[in-house]
This record gives sequence, structure tokens and C-alpha cells, in this order.
Amino acid sequence: MSTPSASEIIYQGLWKNNPGLVQLLGLCPLLAISNTFVNALGMSLATIAVLTASNFVVALSRPVVREEIRVPMFVLVIAGFVGIVQQVMQAWFYDLYQILGIFIPLIVTNCIILGRAEAFASRQPLWAATLDGLSMGTGFMLVLLSLGGMREMIGSGTLFADAWLIFGEQAEVLTISLSEDARGMLLFALPPGAFLGLGLLVALKNVVDERMKKPRSVSVELSQTITAKP
Amino acid sequence: MDINSKSPAAGGRLPDWLRPGGLLGIFSLAFIFGLSLTFELTRDRVTEQERLRLRSQLQELLVPGSYDNAPDEDVFTDSSTGRVVYRARQQQQPVAALLHTVAPDGYSGSINLLVGITIDGKLLGVRVLSHNETPGLGDAIELRRSDWVLGFTGRSLDSPPADQWAVKKDGGVFDAFTGATITPRAVVNEIRNTLVYYQQNHQEIFR
Repeated sequence: MSTPSASEIIYQGLWKNNPGLVQLLGLCPLLAISNTFVNALGMSLATIAVLTASNFVVALSRPVVREEIRVPMFVLVIAGFVGIVQQVMQAWFYDLYQILGIFIPLIVTNCIILGRAEAFASRQPLWAATLDGLSMGTGFMLVLLSLGGMREMIGSGTLFADAWLIFGEQAEVLTISLSEDARGMLLFALPPGAFLGLGLLVALKNVVDERMKKPRSVSVELSQTITAKP
Repeated sequence: MDINSKSPAAGGRLPDWLRPGGLLGIFSLAFIFGLSLTFELTRDRVTEQERLRLRSQLQELLVPGSYDNAPDEDVFTDSSTGRVVYRARQQQQPVAALLHTVAPDGYSGSINLLVGITIDGKLLGVRVLSHNETPGLGDAIELRRSDWVLGFTGRSLDSPPADQWAVKKDGGVFDAFTGATITPRAVVNEIRNTLVYYQQNHQEIFR
């Protein structure tokens, strides 16, 4: 497997092979924690940290790790980093940790992380693996944040509620109430809203991809009609 | 598969069949070390955060200036029921008790409550510490969602009388939420139980 260029790695993570919209991996945290923007941000930062660190260590240990113990090795590395992230979060973002709760230890089971370790980091040089972790993590974050923002706005009628959980007391002003007496569309705050929202985002991505392809397909049709004449 | 050809000389101390296990062991040790280090480095901060959180929860219910001890350190644990009670005192005299209690019958699991009761049995206030109730319906028991929970302040076992200590649907005086009866019912019942418990045990608590 040849090493892709840096821009290709970033493009793959953020758009073409986006873990949330295309690979549809890591749906459990994606659906469960996307109820508000701030929860989504906390979850994505934790995931990026684990994903990047595990890709780094997996690529680093590539020369010494043998085929037979590859997968237990990945799981060990991932679980170790999740433990560290969990502990750090408890120390510095205690209230956010209380809200995210069980979903932080569950990052261990997030298929994106094991998937990237196996499919990419264990076959590529260190820099590419680390960049891949960052790009895939950021791609996941973009989806999580869009979904979180969308669900929070429609479901509770606010945006950036509880921003102090991450940014401290002075961030209280960040919270935007869309209307005075917003109760929101309850459906979007509940689990079905997560599925609907994700479905809409996937559809939106497909529409954009289709639009970008269109000019090319038109020219193909033209050239075909021309070559068909004689 | 020909593993041997890869490194005939390197790492010759371990027999071949042991090498994968040995490697896993070494990595495990490295991660155990890393985790223990993180744990050690963050432990003080985590305990401090837990203490701060408990303290601010207790302070929220107590009248400022009505006590001069640190209620979060003045803890009574009922050995028979496992209930945890934080005691507030002014010049050694008991002022109020804050009871950590659990309503077991919420719509989705237990609801953790902190119930503040003055020495003469009046409710200082009630706060929901954690719950899994439905967002948008049952979560109105949280103070940041609605002020429903403030309706208990000043109540006691005599007001309303015991048979009306229930949600309106059950013939009591407390409102339920549109579309959610089970949640407020669980909370109201647990507060009543806590008041009864306090009445029966306050001498024990402040002994």
C-alpha cells in the first residue's frame, strides 16, 4: 500500500471517506451524544485525542509488533489512551465528564479507532498515521458538531447551552436562545432526532457530491453524441 | 508462515513461541505505568473537584450565614439504610440536615435527590442531582429546565397534610407535567418518605 499525500489524507478524513457520513462508523457516540453542541464538542475532542494518539503509537510500534498479536495490541493501546483521557477529563472538566459519563469509556469500542489502526496506521509511516488520526477525528467532529448544533436548535431552541462546561464561567454569555419561550421540537432532542438528523446530513453530502460531479457528466454526454454521428 | 527468517539473531533471549506474549506483556506494563502516572497526577484534582461540587450543591440549599460548620465534612451515614446525611450547625447547635436520597421508581431508573430539611422539619429545598428521565418531558424536575422543584421549599409533613402529599393525579396538591406523571410522582413520594425518615430519626442523626 503506497502512502497517500498529506492533502489526500486530509481530504479522505474530512470529506471523501468521512467516518460519520461515509464509513458510518462510531454511530453509538455519534447518535447518543449529539443532543447538544457542547456535549458533541466534548465527545469529539476526546475522540480526536484517542484516535490520534493510538494511530501514532500503532505506527510507531509497527516494526516490532507481529501479525499474531496485532489486534490485541491495538485494543491495548486504545484502552490505555481512553483511560488516560478519562482521567484527565475528570480532573479538568469534571461537570462535562459527569454528563458524558459512560460514553467516555465506550470510546474504546468506537470502530473508527480500531478501524483506522488496522486499515491505515499499521501500514503507513508515522507522519501519515498521525495526520490520518487527526483528519479522521476532525471529520468525525464536524459531523458530530453539525448534528449536535442542529438537534439542539430544533430540539431545545438554544445553541451553545452549557458552554461553561468546557470554556469556564465567563462563557455563559455564549448561549443563544432562539426565541423567548422555545420548548423546541421534542422529537429532535430524543433518539429518533439523531437518526433523522444523521440521515439528512448523509443525504446532504450525497447531493453536494452529485452537484460537483454534474459538469463532468454533461461533457461526457456531449462527446458521446458527437462521436456517435459519423 | 515463516517468522523465524525475520530476525534470527535479534531478541535471542526469548524462545520464539514466547516472543509475541512477551511483547504484549511489555506493552501492557508500559500502559499500566502510563495510566498509574496519570491517575497519580490527577487524583488530587479529581477529589478536589468532587468536594467542590458537593459543597456547592449543599450551599445552594442552605440559607447563607445560618451555619458555621462545613456540612460536607459533617457526614452521618445510617448504617442500616445506607443513607448519607450532611449536617449543618451553628455554634455546635444543629440547624439543618441535607439528605442524599434516591427515588427508585422514576420513568427510567433512579433519580438522585438532595433534600434539605431544617431542624424543625421544614423543607429548605430539593435538588435533583442526577436522573435519566426523558428530555423535554420528565427533565422538568431539574431546576435549569423549570422551577417546579422550588415548589417544595417551606413544605413539611403538616403542610400539606399527609394524605395530600402526592401529585394532583393521585389526589394530592403537587403539579405533574404534561405528558409525564411517573417522574414527578416518584420525586414527590421520595421527598415525603425522606421527611418521614427525618422525623423518625432526627435524634439519631444529630446525636
